[in-house]
Amino acid sequence: MTETSITIEHAAPAVHEPSGRSPRGLASIALFAALIVLAGVVLVPILATALNGFKELGDLQSRPFSLPRVWVWRNYWDIVTGYRYWQVLGNSLLIATLTIALTLALSSMAAFTFAHLRFFGDRFLMSYLQLGLLFPLATAILPLFIKIRDLGLLDSYWGVVLPQVAFSLAMGVLLLRNAFRQLPGELLDAAMMDGCGYFRYFFYITLPLSGPILSTVAVISFVASWNGFLLPLVVFNSESRYPWTLGLMAYQGQYSTMWQLVLAFITLTILPAILMFLVAQRYIVSGLTAGAVKA
Amino acid sequence: MSKAQTTYVEPARRMSANGWATLVIFLPPALLLFTIFVALPMAEAGWYSFFNWDGYGRPEKFIALKNYGYLVGNATFNRSLINNGFIIVVSLLVQLPCALGVAMMVAGRITGAAWFRMIFFLPYVLADVAAGLIWRFMFDGSYGLPSLITGALGLAPYYLLADKTWAFSAVLIVILWKYFGFHMMLYVAGLQGIDKSLLEAAEMDGASAVQRFRYITLPLLGPMIRLSIFFSVVGALQLFDIIVPLTGGGPFETTNTMVSFLYYFGITRMRVGFGSAVGVVLFVICVTFAFGYRRLFMRDD
Repeated sequence: MTETSITIEHAAPAVHEPSGRSPRGLASIALFAALIVLAGVVLVPILATALNGFKELGDLQSRPFSLPRVWVWRNYWDIVTGYRYWQVLGNSLLIATLTIALTLALSSMAAFTFAHLRFFGDRFLMSYLQLGLLFPLATAILPLFIKIRDLGLLDSYWGVVLPQVAFSLAMGVLLLRNAFRQLPGELLDAAMMDGCGYFRYFFYITLPLSGPILSTVAVISFVASWNGFLLPLVVFNSESRYPWTLGLMAYQGQYSTMWQLVLAFITLTILPAILMFLVAQRYIVSGLTAGAVKA
Repeated sequence: MSKAQTTYVEPARRMSANGWATLVIFLPPALLLFTIFVALPMAEAGWYSFFNWDGYGRPEKFIALKNYGYLVGNATFNRSLINNGFIIVVSLLVQLPCALGVAMMVAGRITGAAWFRMIFFLPYVLADVAAGLIWRFMFDGSYGLPSLITGALGLAPYYLLADKTWAFSAVLIVILWKYFGFHMMLYVAGLQGIDKSLLEAAEMDGASAVQRFRYITLPLLGPMIRLSIFFSVVGALQLFDIIVPLTGGGPFETTNTMVSFLYYFGITRMRVGFGSAVGVVLFVICVTFAFGYRRLFMRDD
């Protein structure tokens, strides 16, 4: 499975029937039309959310799936100029950044030892870490809560970051170990011959040559952390520390009767993810799918 | 699992002092963090599940298997198990064929293929919480899709999310909407890896489009299909984030999944022992599935 390469951008030549027996033109028009309809179905909820955020409540109620009669920029403006929106985004960004940094550091170091060092119990420890791939965080959430509480990390950023890192280690170590092993062995031999130790080899050879797989691990742990909900829900009490997922639920709870405001808030909070996706589409798609395939 | 694991042979190298130093510095941080926040909590879940404990002090009221007994007789828990089953069935019987069909359409040269792939994948990058809230609006009887229909026909508004017979179908629709793009992308990757000359040769030999799909494309997609099934089931088992914003488990506790049951009946009421028992049941299901499935179906992949 490791061999599967995922090329999303460069559309490969047609996979099916390039022959000219059937009325090709008509068939491909029908196909295209079907795809347009499907794309519409997928996009309508997102577009309706964004557009309805510009409406007055009455307009929203009478015509939920049309353009606003009057564009009420104020709905968005009040959120963007308020403190709350930036606070929840900032919290999410801080948590996700710490999670990525720690995940990359810890899993690349551990993966390096598993890739290049033979020691007593190495296979056992590798399988031990792989246990993390078998069950989701939710199964252990109550004892995890008790643990976080006993460590005094409740309602702190670390209370979310450390368990998130711990749960992404299994995937990170597996992906990185396999990638490190595929670097040519002659490199290590030559480096050792020249008196370069493992530390320098790790920092000057392994890491610089592993950009793509490191970015895959980074994308997976970033998306998981940015979209995380259950763990922050259990750990945080103070609204000042809420990441955007919790902030969104809190906002909805407060303005539940004013859908136009809730929809504007949803639009603004998912905007960073959508923009990032549009900008770094290739890395995100291949990171999320290739990561899944290789793990 | 992967090829590298089985074929790789590390040249026997004596561990130097430098090697030991590396080991002692590089490995412990990951092991420590994993032990504290993953392995120990899972083991403790097994231990706590034998107690009636509210999380304060030490667990002392040992009640053996009673927590599991409560689960067996709990209608809401049984309902949530069935709901998880529903998600799996719909994922496998509806989502996968659709994802494969769409993948066949957009893997090729059709105009705008890259755009379509991107649009279909987009919901997957949105958080489940946001998707749940968006669809809570879409299903709202006074504002969303139902209001279009009831309004046009002059009927009373219909609140799908408050209908205890059909509310769970709303959850299923959101799952389809959000996750089919991910599976489609897996199939696109699989299709693009298929050697075109095989299909051309078969066509030359007079194989019909259906035959080519049945005897060439489908078998060669085998590994991706098995992978996609694996992710569907694992994802279905841990579904939680969509439930909270969409239905909150209601109406009448008909739309819970195992994890939302664990949240509403274990965590929010601080019934640590009972909630841990739910976690253990989920753990056993996940591990049994993961091991069994890999052993049975993914051996050669």
